[in-house]
This record gives sequence, C-alpha cells and structure tokens, in this order.
Amino acid sequence: MEKFTLEEFFQLLKKYNVEELEGVRIEGDLEIEIEPGAGVDVSTINALLALTQYINLIQEFGNFLYHANAALMYLQRLSSALGIQLQLPSTTQQIQPQQPQPVTVEAKPKIPEKLIEVKFEPYKPEYTGVIEEVTLGAKKSEGGTREVTVTIGGERSLPFYTFDAEMPHMPVIAIDIFDRKPMLAKAVREHYEDVLEDPAEWAKKAVKDFGADLVTLHLISTDPMLEDTPPSEAVKVVEEVLQAVRVPLIIGGSGNKEKDPIVLEKAAEVAEGERVMLASATLDMDWERIGNAAKDHGHVVLSWTQMDINNQKTLNRYLLKRVGIPRDSLVMDPTTAALGYGLDYAYTNMERIRISGLRGDTDLNFPMSSGTTNAWGAREAWMKESPIEEDTPWGPRELRGPIWEIVTGLTLALAGVDLFMMMHPGAVAVLKEIMNTLMGNVKETADGDAWITMEG
Amino acid sequence: MKVKSPLEIYRYLPQTNCGECGYDTCMSFAAQIIERVVKPTDCPPLVRDAEKDEKVKKRLDELISLTSPEILEIVIGGENTVKIGGEDVLHRHELTFFNPTAFFYDVWDSLDDKEIDERCSKVVEYKKFYVGDFLTLDGIAVRCTSNNPERFKQVVKKVAGYGKPMVLISLNANCMRAALEEVAKERPLIYAATEDNWREFLQLALEFKVPVVVRSKNLDKLKSLAKTFKESGVNEIVLDPVTEPIGEGLKGTFERVIQLRRTAILGEDKDVAYPIMVTPISAWSIEADEISKAYWETVIASLFIVKYADVMIFKSLEPYSIMPTITLRYNIYTDPRTPVQVEPGLREINNPTAEDPVFLTTNFALTYYTVESDLTSGNIKGWLLVLDTEGLGVEVSVAGGQFTAGKVKDLIKDTKIEERVKHRYLVIPGLAARLQGAIEDETGWKVLVGPMDSGRIKGWLEQNWPPK
Repeated sequence: MEKFTLEEFFQLLKKYNVEELEGVRIEGDLEIEIEPGAGVDVSTINALLALTQYINLIQEFGNFLYHANAALMYLQRLSSALGIQLQLPSTTQQIQPQQPQPVTVEAKPKIPEKLIEVKFEPYKPEYTGVIEEVTLGAKKSEGGTREVTVTIGGERSLPFYTFDAEMPHMPVIAIDIFDRKPMLAKAVREHYEDVLEDPAEWAKKAVKDFGADLVTLHLISTDPMLEDTPPSEAVKVVEEVLQAVRVPLIIGGSGNKEKDPIVLEKAAEVAEGERVMLASATLDMDWERIGNAAKDHGHVVLSWTQMDINNQKTLNRYLLKRVGIPRDSLVMDPTTAALGYGLDYAYTNMERIRISGLRGDTDLNFPMSSGTTNAWGAREAWMKESPIEEDTPWGPRELRGPIWEIVTGLTLALAGVDLFMMMHPGAVAVLKEIMNTLMGNVKETADGDAWITMEG
Repeated sequence: MKVKSPLEIYRYLPQTNCGECGYDTCMSFAAQIIERVVKPTDCPPLVRDAEKDEKVKKRLDELISLTSPEILEIVIGGENTVKIGGEDVLHRHELTFFNPTAFFYDVWDSLDDKEIDERCSKVVEYKKFYVGDFLTLDGIAVRCTSNNPERFKQVVKKVAGYGKPMVLISLNANCMRAALEEVAKERPLIYAATEDNWREFLQLALEFKVPVVVRSKNLDKLKSLAKTFKESGVNEIVLDPVTEPIGEGLKGTFERVIQLRRTAILGEDKDVAYPIMVTPISAWSIEADEISKAYWETVIASLFIVKYADVMIFKSLEPYSIMPTITLRYNIYTDPRTPVQVEPGLREINNPTAEDPVFLTTNFALTYYTVESDLTSGNIKGWLLVLDTEGLGVEVSVAGGQFTAGKVKDLIKDTKIEERVKHRYLVIPGLAARLQGAIEDETGWKVLVGPMDSGRIKGWLEQNWPPK
C-alpha cells in the first residue's frame, strides 16, 4: 500500500503546472492511502487537469482548506473524477461519494458531544387596543329579573393568547330556540323533540339540561311567508321565555326586512330593563329603528353584516354615531359560514376585524357573535350518505353533524368570536370543554409521550 | 420573505424585459416573486448566466435567500412526496398559507399484517369530493411498538410498498437504523430526536440524509436541539413541541406552537424557523370511549390546522374524523387572493329529463355548491348551467359585467342544452333579475326569475313549474 500526504499530493499537482495552488499549505497530518493497482497515471492526471473544469475545482479547493473534512471530500471528488480510488483514513467520518457540485459544499463535522445550549426568547407583540366589554342581562338591582348576567369582550390579545394578556371572559354559548317548529337536522331535532311546540320549555331544557349560558329566541313565526304573527302577539313568547329561565335573552326576528324592525321594537318594549340583545340591525333594513329600540330600552344591539369588514365598519358607525348606541351595548355578527361552505371567508373576515380592533380601530373593537348553527347547512352534517358515488362512505351522520358544528365553532373561536349561537348539545359541551381548556380552567393533564409506544 | 418591494428584487434581475419567463417585464416578474407565484429560478436568462458566470451565480443565490420563505420548506417522501413548511405569514389574509398541513395516519408494528394492510389501504384509497376535486390523505406513520428492530424493519418495508410518504416513529435509534437501512431512499421523516437520544439520531439523519423531527416541550431545549442539528449539517428539521392531549398540557401545547411560529416569523429567530409537528393521536392515550377519543383527536387537529401545524399524525380513520379535518385544512389553506371557482358548463341534477327545468348560476364555488346542494338535497330534477363569472358571486358579477346576456348565450350554445331539453325556459337567480330582458333578447329563450335564495327554489317551483 502506497501512502502519501495531502502535501505530497499537491506537490504532485504542482509539478504539472497547477500554478494556482501555490502558497497553499495543508495543516495537520492527513494521510491518503492509494490502493495499489489504482495506478495514479500521471499522464492521465496531466491530461485531465488541462481541462478548465478541474482547474476550477482545484482553485476552490484552496478556499476550503480550513476544513480538513471538506478538503478530503474535494480530494476524493477530484480523484474519483480522475479514476483514482482513495481510501480515507479511518479517523475521519465516512464520506458518501458525490457528484461534482462545482459551487459550494458544506463541511460535515463530527457528532458533537454536547448540545449547543441556547435560550428561546419568545417574540412579544404589542397591541394598543382593547375590545369593549358588553354585559347581557340585568339583575334585580339593575332593573331586570335575571339571576345571572353574561359579560363578553375585554380582550387585549388574540383569542386564548393568555400568554400575551389575560383574557377576562371566556366566550359564551347561547342555544337557539324558536317560536314555531323550525326545520331542523334529525341529529339536532331528536334532542328537542319534546319541546318543539313550547318555547318556554325549550328554553328551560337548553339551560338546565344542555348548559346554555343564554338563550336566543327566534321569532320566525312573524315571517309574512309563514304565520305572519303580529308583533304584539309574537312578543308574548318573549315574556314567557323571560319567566321560564333566569339567564340573559337574545331576541331575533324572522329576517324579513320590513317586519323585523317592528317586531324587534315591540320585543324591546316588553323586555324593558332585562338588557336583552336585539338580533339584528342590518344595512338593508331600518337599522335606525332597531338601534333606537335598543337604546331607548337599555338593550344591546347586534350589528350584522355579510362578510365585509368595510360594511361592518359602516354599520357600526351608523349605530354608534347616528343612533347613539353606547359603546358597551354593541355586538357584531360578521356572518358565519359553515365548515366547507365559506368558513375560510368567515374566519378571515373575523380575524381581520379582531386584529383591527386590537390595533386600535375604534369602529371595530366590539365583541363578535357567530350563528354557528349554520354549520348544519353543510350537507356533510346532515345528509344520510354522500351524493358523490366515488366518495369513501361518509359514515353515520349522527357522528358527522355534531363535529361539523364543533369544528365550525372552534375555528371561529380562534378568530375572536365571543358569543356562539348553537344547537346540538354535544357540540355545545365539546366546544365549552376546549374553550375551558384554552382558558386554563381544566387542571388535569395527561402524558404527551404515551402515544408513541401505545399498542392500539 | 425578507424583501417586501419588487424594486428590491428588480436589482437582481437581468432587466432586459425579454419576456422568457412569461411576464412582459422584469418588474412584473419581480412583483410575482413577492406574491410567491414564481421563484427566481423561473427567470431563464438568470439561470443560464449563473451556470456560466460565478458572479451571476452569486447574485442568484443571494436573490434566492432573500426571497426564500420565512419557514423552511421540507419535502418528505421518495416517489410520491408531500411538501411541508414554507410559510411566510401568521395570518392567511396577509398573503396566503402555502403548504397544507400534511396528514399522516398511524399503523404500528405489533399489529398483525392483515390489519396493517387494512389501515394502509384505507389511507391510500380515501377520497372525498370537494370543490371540483377529490381530497386525499398524505401519508402513513409507522410506529415501532414491538421495540424489535427486525419487526420494525419488516413492517416499514411493507408500508413503503403502498407508495405513500412516511413518518417513522421510534425513540430507539437501533430500531430506526434498521428501518432506514430498508427505506432511506423513500426519504421518510424520522421521529424523533430527544434530549436522550439526539446524538444517535443526528448520526442517522446525517448518514441516511433524511429529514428529522426534534422533540421537546422545553422550548430552550427544542431550540438547542435544532441549532445543534443544523450546525452539524442537518438541513431538514421539524420541530415537535410535544402535544399534550388535555387540560393545562394542551393549553401549554397551544402556547408553545404559537410562540415558536410567531418568534420564527416576527422575531426572525432562524433557529426555530422550521415546520412544526403536532400529534392529535395523543388524544388516544387518554381514558375514554372510542368516539370521545376520535372526537377529541379531531378537536386537537382543528385547533392546530388553524394555528400553524405543518404536519400531523392521526389515529382515527373514521370518516367523521377525516371529513371535518380535511375540509378545514382545505379552507384554511385556500389562497384568499383568488376566489374559488368551479368549472363552467352543464351539470345534471338527479338524472333530469327533457321536461325538467334549466337553472343558471355562477362558477363562484360557494354559490355553485350552495345551489347544487339545494337542488340535490331538495330532490329537484333539473339542468344546472354554470356561467363563468371569473369566480364571482351573482350580485357582484351582474354589477361588474362578468355576468352578461352574451355569455349566457355562449353557454347555452357550448353546452348544447337545446339538444337535451324540449322546452326553452331558463330560470335565472333572483339577484340577476335585471338581466331578464337582455337574456331573452340574446338567446330567444323565455327567462323566469327565480328566488333570491336557492334554498327557496323548491317552493318556487311548486308555484312556477311547469310554466303556464
């Protein structure tokens, strides 16, 4: 076995007019072994070295000599290009044969003995704004008859970023009830089958059995397309529900642009003192009348726009400036679309609104409400099986529906929703559990490593 | 991306406006780089010159590093691959999110072979139609529960046969080595280097040239691991801040994931600017019934699909777990800069006959799917014409001129609907009522103005169909 050092190797190259390498010194005592028979054919080397490519390679070599490993790699590349087999000293790390890469190469050091210990310094953002706090419901001392009130808002950071700032109130969940039998998905309806004809009992069930923080009463029978119930008649249900439960109430109309202002005005009158939320004022109906009804009777107004941050700003300004709604009496509904049916728009619209509010936009720093029940509009939530033949079977819809509502709600919770209007009791429970978890209210923990080796 | 203005990029370009890249000017190409529609290497003259000229090569490299994403992009897999990371922003409206969270599904080596095959087949075969395409799953995670290198190797080889990208899971370096000897060329992601085994895993990552997960719930340690790996020559690193499934542990996980990503992007900490792994499968280590565990797994997944996870490991293959997560992923990773569109053309709803109504809608995906699902689920038989409104909804496209009588005429002609139905009645959306006369004049069809909301089509038909 013939042995010679790197220095000798370069002497050899130098002999053949490789001027560029002059002045290069090899540090350390590296030995290269050349197997007998590999035959360093000097004339071959000479011929090949004449090619610019290799001259370049050797030039670069000069730049990398600080790293013995890199040098070895280059040497090996050069030699393999020349048809020479080099056996590397056993003390160096194994080097994989590589294709020539004429520009850069990284040194590959040994496995270090110790970790490079560094500190992680979390980035800290600053928000100047704060979301308004809004209280729904009024106790006896405040002129109402509620036993509990609900306060939402007050955030100074993105939702559940309690490491940035305390989140003073966990988002709350209202359960939807109706003054007539509505169209409901089977998985939802079966939980309310016994109370569908009786809004007061329905409200009780929502609060006592399913843990609703509030109740949203939708006066849909006032719709001229349905029963067209006169407002004075319809609001009797408001009184019944107020008596049936002791939580705050949200009152909704039928969505009819002409009738809702009259219905909500009447509802505001009969609920005087209870600090309900009127749902909703919109740009395309008489928002002024609805706003005034809220203001005159000390209620909160829900400002509802169709997924447009600028319209939301406009309507809020109208309600605040023209109607004179106090800043602690406005909640926004920027519109909820179901998972798979525009949730991306709803999420981003709400996230933008919340970030604007935190950055100090005083037209947008109000709590947000979400009609999460909309999730049940998604066919994945209610349809018996996929209408698409090639789809993997969808499985039982009883399990699809609730998770559809949960994921829709959770996604929007992360965008900044403070108040959810929901229907499925299972979905209500799971969303509460995850929000309690993110608020730090669930103390128990479990091992984060066990899954790695669990069987099953 | 470090640069914010096309001007900063323009300096690096040839400035010849040659148009080879497909854009008229170097400046517009520069603007497209900012939008991440193209990469510096999509400039042909720049690439050609870089091959010849060291100086140009240096310039190109500089441009590449200036325009590379804030979070490292990693490719997992051999023949079939999945890209993770490569993100630039914390909120999708600031630009877009780029590489959807990769979903890997669990098999473990103490299962018998038949069950392994069943699970693998489910992963490979799963599909769900959505917005004009089928959503699918990305890969398979193989856990070493036998602690037996030979068995692990055997199972990994078997799973590799399914051709999906893989994550290999074992904290035992011997088991991992055995598996890598078999499938390193498939470039699996290896899981995981910890405070205890990192030297062996560093060796494996270097030796087999595979991407590696570093794992610790202490973020100082996690960063130290990543830095040590990087400086030792490992380029493809994934961070696992440990997913604790419930309570304060889960709250802590949420904080760690957000801190890592926010500090990487806003704090410009390159030592943590790597893709993040979250393991919803952790939910399966808690005491509960199967459905609760699957639900909780979906909840954890949803939380971190929205917030920054780039790769995930799941256990449940139940459709009620996969459907919401795969749909949420699609929604969150949809590019908010371009409206979602469907193919224009003709759709047959519920096997219509020549007597059934013809409806018209737009190709804005949300509008289209609402109408289509209203018709389908209402058991309405009919023909649905989908107009190319450039992905805009009815109201906006009528106002903006993308929804015109002339285009409706072309659509009727192109779809040959006149050969399919005997009548000549077209039902248009209520929000397009003002085009009624114009469409009648252009097409010669009788135009009926439908309801404002497709949810009311059923009731509307009862009153208006067949036309008198």
